[in-house]
Amino acid sequence: MYEHDVIVVGAGGAGLRAAIAADEEGADVAIVSKLHPVRSHTGAAEGGINAALREADSWEDHAYDTMKGSDYLADAPAAETLCKDSPKETIKLEHWGMAFSRDDDGRVSQRPFGGLSFPRTTYAGAETGHQLLHTMYEQLVKRGIKVYDEWHVTRLAVSDEEQPEDRTCHGIVAYDVQTGQVEGFRARNGVILATGGLGQVYDHTTNAVANTGDGVAMAYRAGAPMEDMEFIQFHPTTLPSTGVLITEGVRGEGGILYNEDGERFMFEYGYANNLGELASRDVVSRAELTEVNEGRGIEDEYVHLDMRHLGEERIIDRLENIIHLSEDFEGVNPLEAPMPVKPGQHYAMGGIETDENGETCIAGLYAAGECACASVHGGNRLGGNALPELIVFGKRAGHHAAGKDMKEAEITTGKVGDYETAEIESPVELGESGIGEDVVADGGAAADSGTATTGSDLVQRAVEDERQTIDHLLEKDDGIQHAEIRERVQKSMTQNVNVFREEDGLKQALRDIREARELYQDVFVGDKSRTFNTDLLQTLETRNILDIAEAITLGALARNEFRGAHWRKEYQERRDEKWLKHTLLSWNDGRPELWYKPVILEGENKTYEPKIRSY
Amino acid sequence: MSTQVPEQVEDESASETVSTGKQKRDAKKRERAERVQEQREVEAAEKARTADDTYHLKVFRYDPEVPEKQEPRFDDFYVPYKQGMTILDALMWARDHYDSSLTFRHSCRQAICGSDALFVNGSQRLGCKTQLSDLSEPVRVEPLPHADVVKDLVVDMEHFYDQMEAVEPYFQTNSLPDGELEEQRQTRENREKVKMSTRCIWCSACMSSCNIAAGDNEYLGPAAINKAYRFAMDEREGEDMKQRRLEILEQEHGVWRCQTQFSCTEVCPKDIPLTEHIQELKREAIKNNLKFW
Ligand SMILES: Cc1cc2nc3c(=O)[nH]c(=O)nc-3n(C[C@H](O)[C@H](O)[C@H](O)COP(=O)(O)OP(=O)(O)OC[C@H]3O[C@@H](n4cnc5c(N)ncnc54)[C@H](O)[C@@H]3O)c2cc1C
Ligand code: SF4
Ligand code: FES
Repeated sequence: MYEHDVIVVGAGGAGLRAAIAADEEGADVAIVSKLHPVRSHTGAAEGGINAALREADSWEDHAYDTMKGSDYLADAPAAETLCKDSPKETIKLEHWGMAFSRDDDGRVSQRPFGGLSFPRTTYAGAETGHQLLHTMYEQLVKRGIKVYDEWHVTRLAVSDEEQPEDRTCHGIVAYDVQTGQVEGFRARNGVILATGGLGQVYDHTTNAVANTGDGVAMAYRAGAPMEDMEFIQFHPTTLPSTGVLITEGVRGEGGILYNEDGERFMFEYGYANNLGELASRDVVSRAELTEVNEGRGIEDEYVHLDMRHLGEERIIDRLENIIHLSEDFEGVNPLEAPMPVKPGQHYAMGGIETDENGETCIAGLYAAGECACASVHGGNRLGGNALPELIVFGKRAGHHAAGKDMKEAEITTGKVGDYETAEIESPVELGESGIGEDVVADGGAAADSGTATTGSDLVQRAVEDERQTIDHLLEKDDGIQHAEIRERVQKSMTQNVNVFREEDGLKQALRDIREARELYQDVFVGDKSRTFNTDLLQTLETRNILDIAEAITLGALARNEFRGAHWRKEYQERRDEKWLKHTLLSWNDGRPELWYKPVILEGENKTYEPKIRSY
Repeated sequence: MSTQVPEQVEDESASETVSTGKQKRDAKKRERAERVQEQREVEAAEKARTADDTYHLKVFRYDPEVPEKQEPRFDDFYVPYKQGMTILDALMWARDHYDSSLTFRHSCRQAICGSDALFVNGSQRLGCKTQLSDLSEPVRVEPLPHADVVKDLVVDMEHFYDQMEAVEPYFQTNSLPDGELEEQRQTRENREKVKMSTRCIWCSACMSSCNIAAGDNEYLGPAAINKAYRFAMDEREGEDMKQRRLEILEQEHGVWRCQTQFSCTEVCPKDIPLTEHIQELKREAIKNNLKFW
């Protein structure tokens, strides 16, 4: 068994910042990551980091924009923390040498971004995430922080008290991808989950193949609630064959969207008579899908984004990287032909419930980055607000876990104070299917700590449980393969829990997920090798995809209103009287339990009164 | 190319065999599983072969633990073609429909994570950035040459990482402004100067293509030298630090090993002018009157 003060799971922007912060506080910290740090998907971020750096700007304005953008579902203490800390943390990156783009006076450049009242998106060309990730990894190397790379974390070692609020996290269990060994990692102070996005729940996403929501699902099964899972952001212009993102910049510069009949549908069909192609992400995504659904899509799948009329010179000057993206990933030269585009899953606003110090309701368990929900983004994330979240909350979680004295959080976690429970309405059974004895179906966390008394015992028990699960999967020699199960769920989610959500479709998705869960009882791994067995790992990930898909759909079904990125056909309005509250799902012995807690709109100096979100 | 099994892996698999009884059972199970798998493959392959628009891939296979794969071999896959399909897409398709044990690293699918540098039709390329339609058939897909193969298309990256980390690959300056909100300014020109060098995604294609690196295991290699270039040319680090960096690069296995063959520059998926950077560092080193090898 390995042992450290603080264990960070994941090495994207959030995990790296958390590890550096714990190290700053003198803790013995290690990172355990299924990918080598520089392979993390933070590297894909292009646009930039929102930070109020200039004299004419203020954190208060940034907080106002963030609350408004969230459609009043962000918690003000979290949003304000983000905006207050972001300038300092952004400049810290600069002091670590990050290659930001520069103005003539040598200061870092900032650009305007959707939903911002000031051009405060600080960037490094079209590769901000790449620069951020590598800069932070450099700091890790400098500090000599230990990384267990290509170790896939499979479960948390959490004690089994009746109420999650009474539990403690003692460590994790991980699978060494190169050798096939399952080992325990005991964390003396705490475990920080920083596992990133969950885009693989959908079959078309801008997220990486590794973004399977592992941290969210593991924490959920260990008792930490998932918050606001129904809020998924879709990006309207992604390439059909890969999901590679084509920046809003193309439309900003004057790019036009056409349907199969060559109509400029944003205007001709009245989706956005004023803004046209420049309408918000969700409006454009819905318009595109409507075109396809009504038979005006190209190959029944996508629409065209044309920028040829801008002229070669202007395109090369301002959008050069788009030419490469389109050629390399779609085989289309956008100087000669329009680019095919369609909406794709992009970002999960929801995640593991935390407070503004990254703490969950389980002692010693933290979360930061896209896998966490503090909540900063509420119903909708503003472009450029995720990267600052990584560095601000990654750092806070790292400091807290290392024992630094910090101001007590204002946000509460777990079922305390003012919460309300609710009934779930579902056409099928939820959660684990009936075959409870099956090892594969087991809760995932050390739900059963048996006679374990010390933290190490508990971790050891969890290791043994995991070894059993893995042996079982490798020994079973026929059944169904994960790829088929995964594909079914991804298709159904894309079909039914997309930018359009109707009651019937949502119920259909629940049925499909149920079916997939039952199939999963019979899952088998074709590859029997212990060496670099990606078949096995994807099989384990598929389990997480199932739990998360169900949570997204349940939240979407429960929330009968239209807020932020969540659109419901039957309820076309935001309903503040009923829904100024967060959706939470807890794992109660294998069954999801739904409850709500009020959103906090009271900030440090003011209350953010809900207004219509129009731009 | 080397298909040598890293010793450690062999040890692990040996210690895994608990009892001979279990071993036998496992072997039987494995056999049965393989038969089922084979059956599936045959059926799917038959379907694809008879379709018109397919691509023929010949993919390198090796697994130190699976008896039939201990001897490296090539497997044929026929993958139905879709507009825009890349090598990575084709591999994923083959894995998900024919053989779930086909193993390769990949994550971002957009040339930014650097996981899937492969040897395709005889040159180093990123799988996700290579359109099938640009290649002649059958498309040969092999692991990166000059690295130990772990399994199928996966190679051991440790040596590459060690070299990257040997050049003090982190920013070092002693002229930071006092305030934590105060920026350390940099001219646009200087940022432009280091820009290309910061684009490296650690894919190791360059290292794999380099003859010198193949012959001298201690040679830092193009990517690590480029990483050092990124800092040496950054005006914010100051002259003393630059001196120190040039000293690191001047060591026996540093810049002077490069024989300007340009193979690294040709394969770099991020279009980094690696050879030029190395040449420039050589000139800087001479300018600094350092002794050289
Ligand atoms: C194409 C694209 C463009 C974007 N552009 C912007 C932008 O311009 N501005 C902005 O603010 N935001 C942007 N975002 C959003 C932002 O980039 C992400 O939300 C953010 O980078 C996520 O960082 P993270 O550290 O939480 O996770 P990641 O960077 O995804 O890292 C996750 C880490 O967890 C590890 N991990 C996962 N599961 C396991 C497991 N089971 N065991 C061990 N390790 C595990 C992985 O190895 C990885 O290291 C963009 C997102 C995308 C997809
Ligand atoms: S320099 Fe280019 S080829 Fe070499 S590792 Fe970096 S990106 Fe890959
Ligand atoms: S999959 Fe990330 S570089 Fe190709």
